[in-house]
Amino acid sequence: MRIRERIIETGLFFSALSSVFITLGIVIILTYESFGFFKEVAIVEFFTGTTWMPLFAEPKFGILPLVSGTLLTTAIALVVALPLGLISAIYLSEYAPHRLREMIKPVLELLAAVPTVVYGYFALFFLTPFLQNFLPELSGFNAISPGIIMGIMIVPYVSSVSEDAMKAVPMYIREGSYAMGATKFQTAFKVVIPAAFSGIAAAFIMGISRAIGETMVVAIAAGMMPNFTFNPMEPVQTLTSYIVQVSLGDVPHGTIEYRTIFAAGMTLFLMTLFFNIIGFWLRKRIREAY
Amino acid sequence: MTRSAIELKAEAKNLNFYYGPVHALKNINMPIERRKVTALIGPSGCGKTTFLRCFNRMHDLYPHNRYEGEIILYPDKINIISPEIDPIEIRMQISMVFQKPNPFPKSIYENVAYGLRVRGISRKGILDEAVEKSLRGAALWEEVKGRLNSLAVDLSGGQQQRLCIARALATGPRILLFDEPTSALDPTATSKIEELIIELKNEVTIIIVTHNMQQAARVSDYTAFMYLGEIIEFDKTDKIFTAPSNRLTEEYITGRFG
Repeated sequence: MRIRERIIETGLFFSALSSVFITLGIVIILTYESFGFFKEVAIVEFFTGTTWMPLFAEPKFGILPLVSGTLLTTAIALVVALPLGLISAIYLSEYAPHRLREMIKPVLELLAAVPTVVYGYFALFFLTPFLQNFLPELSGFNAISPGIIMGIMIVPYVSSVSEDAMKAVPMYIREGSYAMGATKFQTAFKVVIPAAFSGIAAAFIMGISRAIGETMVVAIAAGMMPNFTFNPMEPVQTLTSYIVQVSLGDVPHGTIEYRTIFAAGMTLFLMTLFFNIIGFWLRKRIREAY
Repeated sequence: MTRSAIELKAEAKNLNFYYGPVHALKNINMPIERRKVTALIGPSGCGKTTFLRCFNRMHDLYPHNRYEGEIILYPDKINIISPEIDPIEIRMQISMVFQKPNPFPKSIYENVAYGLRVRGISRKGILDEAVEKSLRGAALWEEVKGRLNSLAVDLSGGQQQRLCIARALATGPRILLFDEPTSALDPTATSKIEELIIELKNEVTIIIVTHNMQQAARVSDYTAFMYLGEIIEFDKTDKIFTAPSNRLTEEYITGRFG
């Protein structure tokens, strides 16, 4: 019996450890391959160059166009996702009657279950032509339409984490506000949101990381054009969609072109890591808020 | 008890209250005298907190609650629990201090100013004055005057409860409701709050729910003993604690049940 317990415990231990090993493996490979890349391309050139043409005869390795593309689509997504997500969360947590909330929540969460490739084609074949009715100069591939679609895709993540944070604010704090003659709206905005602030901030950070890392929607609808621009009407390429593009092509293993994937991946990893660390730090503070 | 000598602030008339199908308050009739402390005592579940929360319509926050009868607020003679009366109007005039200190996640200053801010008052002069006056009224000013901008949650439990009293005072309420205000506090903090309640009745009518019979005896002028949703006995506090006329009251205050 004792031996069986030990076997079970060891099995559980290694299962838990596997994700740690996988993460470590990814970091090691990323670092190793990027190291090879940076032996041939100067770090300064990589991080300050404004032209990304790694597959040309005279290659240029400035990552900024991919970073600008990523930041642009992410920013558009956030402009959509943060207000919508927060408003849905406020409605669900503070206003919706119990039965309605139980109906809306699963539907909202279903948004997160739609495959991203569907969202991508939705952006390309529905939203872009639709927007072209109002913006005739909008190019067929652009940053705004996948940005908006990504935003809608992220709403359930933002709203569900924000709602949990607001629901965790104890009722007696709300009662204190109502007892002072506050309305529901005043209670939600002046008391519940400040009390749930760190949780809501964590939800926002999660949404940001999700938008930065999103691949399929931008790969399909943003145009694969490493364009150093902040104009949402133009086609752009993000770090993720570049990686897809090269991975799908026939770049030979071990070449500098091949290693650009890892340099781009490393940049992406650092960006999401940065936001996740902020999110982690905010989450740790959540219990001290009230 | 003669009615003519006392000045009424409020009066419950045939008050009934239901949590869905549960009949929680049964035919309550009781006067609340102006600028006196009225204590509600009784065993857990007797309806004393339910009764208290009728006065500022807190039950309206939850579905399936129903009031019947009247609580008349004097001198205007409006019926507090009438569905035509906006509960927010009532809460603007009748403040509440809760069982557990519940300061908002804001600074000391903003906690006290909250009631005025939700009424749309934002002139700094008015707020500054009200904050100082209320904190003095709650005997907290001297302890916090140098750190009005620090977070309220950093105060001790007793200080937090006095802050909640200051918050409730800031809007100049006509009635102040206390729901077991010292049940989460240590004896020193408790006696501070009790002294404060005795002092505050010079300015405002007070109704206090308490589990602690000594507390009711110390701070109140009138006491109502409740049991199973009914008022068993209501009289001057001295009378209730020295010569109760009902056997149940006597058994409760002598600790034989409850």
